Amino acid sequence: MLRVSGVHTYYGQIHALKGVDVEVNEGEIVTLIGSNGAGKTTLLMTVCGSPQAARGEIVFQGQDITRIPTHKLVELGIAQSPEGRRIFPRMTVYENLQMGALRADPGHFEKDLRRVYDLFPRLEERKSQRGGTLSGGEQQMLAIGRALMSRPKLLLLDEPSLGIAPLVVRQIFEAIKEINRTQGMTVFLVEQNAFHALKLAHRAYVMVNGNITMSGSGRELLDNPEIRAAYLEGGH
Amino acid sequence: MATDIASPSASAAAKRPGSYDLPGALKESAITAGVAAVLAFPFLGLQANNDGPELVLLTRWELFFWAVAVVFVGRMLLTVFRWRSDARAKSAEGLKAFGAKFQRYNVWIGLAGAIFAFTLPMWPFADRYVVDIATTFLIYVMLGWGLNIVVGLAGLLDLGYVAFYAVGAYSYALLATMFDWSFWICLPLAGLFAATFGVILGFPVLRLRGDYLAIVTLGFGEIIRVVLINWYDVTNGPDGIGSIPRPTFFGYAFDRSPEEGTMAFHQLLGIDFDSMHRIIFLYFLILILALITNAFTLRVRKLPIGRGWEALREDEIACRSLGMNPTNTKLSAFAIGAMFGGFAGSFFATRQGFISPESFTFIESAIILAIVVLGGMGSQLGVVIAAFVLVIVPEWLREFAEYRMLLFGLAMVLIMVWRPRGLLSHRDPTVRLHPPGYVPRHGVEAQKVQAQEAELAAKAK
Repeated sequence: MLRVSGVHTYYGQIHALKGVDVEVNEGEIVTLIGSNGAGKTTLLMTVCGSPQAARGEIVFQGQDITRIPTHKLVELGIAQSPEGRRIFPRMTVYENLQMGALRADPGHFEKDLRRVYDLFPRLEERKSQRGGTLSGGEQQMLAIGRALMSRPKLLLLDEPSLGIAPLVVRQIFEAIKEINRTQGMTVFLVEQNAFHALKLAHRAYVMVNGNITMSGSGRELLDNPEIRAAYLEGGH
Repeated sequence: MATDIASPSASAAAKRPGSYDLPGALKESAITAGVAAVLAFPFLGLQANNDGPELVLLTRWELFFWAVAVVFVGRMLLTVFRWRSDARAKSAEGLKAFGAKFQRYNVWIGLAGAIFAFTLPMWPFADRYVVDIATTFLIYVMLGWGLNIVVGLAGLLDLGYVAFYAVGAYSYALLATMFDWSFWICLPLAGLFAATFGVILGFPVLRLRGDYLAIVTLGFGEIIRVVLINWYDVTNGPDGIGSIPRPTFFGYAFDRSPEEGTMAFHQLLGIDFDSMHRIIFLYFLILILALITNAFTLRVRKLPIGRGWEALREDEIACRSLGMNPTNTKLSAFAIGAMFGGFAGSFFATRQGFISPESFTFIESAIILAIVVLGGMGSQLGVVIAAFVLVIVPEWLREFAEYRMLLFGLAMVLIMVWRPRGLLSHRDPTVRLHPPGYVPRHGVEAQKVQAQEAELAAKAK
């Protein structure tokens, strides 16, 4: 569904991605793990076209999207929950979700809204509350819900566990699993919380210094002693 | 002249609410009096007099002494009675609650205001002076509402809004004097020109935000003014454009003796000529133009484009990830904000009958921006109140002569202390799902709330 091949990205002089190959197939949850500054977010941003890849190719459903501006991607069926959630703090939860449906057919707004509320009942309870007054976990739910409102084929999530209580992290990962299972949603998940991410994902990639160093099924990587030493033990 | 400086002992006094320490208060008053003395010596203590060709310095020790003494005692009293921070916090809290209450009745207050505005010329106190001031006030309200689209909704800090006002005014003045077109044809054209300039300004600043955007827009405002001064062949430079045609009541002029073959307004109605007719007509014209601006903003906030502006103010990256084209969104905000500025400008030109670059200096931009910021960014009613504070209050204070600006400054400082985010800073959701303070009592939601409460209670055990 999504194929990233040989992508190089620069931030000015800094060579952030050094020829990355990643593939996400339809119906899969694929995760990308790695430590701080490895280039995980950069890869996600490059898929979204900001910054654009200097070399390499990104193909989504047979269409080259390497040079397509960010705001056109929603129409193609790629929705993104950006790093740091980025909900609209002064708008209510409901208004935030409406914003997510900006490019969707208004005909199925009610149905999609219902689906998001069923997925995250907390959002329904807080629908007339301002986004900025939600807790971190609720904001993350809102960010994911908002992304889902555009009826994407591919959902890109950037660190949904960032700064959130462990109990809520589990809830959110449960929800991601559920969207994947019931709606067949393809998910590409960038995470630092390797343990949860690997447990959830069908397949996973490990990124170090702008290179993919390892890949395999979530289970395989979870059992891999190197991964355990580097990302799982000590800290988490 | 009393310069209040928060000194460390203020916080010491705050630690014991209800009490104050005398040495601290004395020390504080002494510091304040010292500052006052430093300031008062050149301002009050010395006077330069012209004695023939020579300049003689006189000293006025008595006045100087009194000023310092007043400051000392005043500061002392403030410390003892009011200036403790708990009292300050309380008054700020009260004002906040008042603001919130005020906003709840937003619609009714707005309606009452509109009714009052429409009946204003019929009130007994409404003489020529009052209607004139009200017209000026409404121009600023309209400009405030126009700029509110750019600054309040889209969050693009524009320090050069007066440029669009100028473009509108000059468009009307030039079209009307050169081609003899009527106000009603020129008005939309002036709006169109101003909108075009909005887009022209918008393009280079698309990638700028905050301070950088403010500087560029400031420059843009100045460029327009400088061009108006120097492009003598077209704009008549600093001499301005005079004898701009007055608007007509759909072709009926407000003249005592109309041109051959036309009819004047008073002849149409068969009443006596009164110079107030034009003044009142102009008043209603700007009232309607301003209300159109308001209605537009209120409506557009509920539409995707207006929501897009608000979203852009809050988070541009999120907007992009949701499929919004930030370029178009920004340009449309600039263009539409500019268009209303242009409308106001052409009204200004037709009202004054004479315009020159003098009327479009930076201070105008600053006042309009102050109206938007003081009112609380994005609040329509706030703009009206702030325009009242900034336009009508200085007018009232005219009798205080040179102290006018001082009092005005004081009012601004007080607003910023008590309501740092503007008078009415609360954003109203465009979609109301529940009235404020709503607690679900029936249905699915109520069950959920109950379940949640039960769960919490269980956890607490």
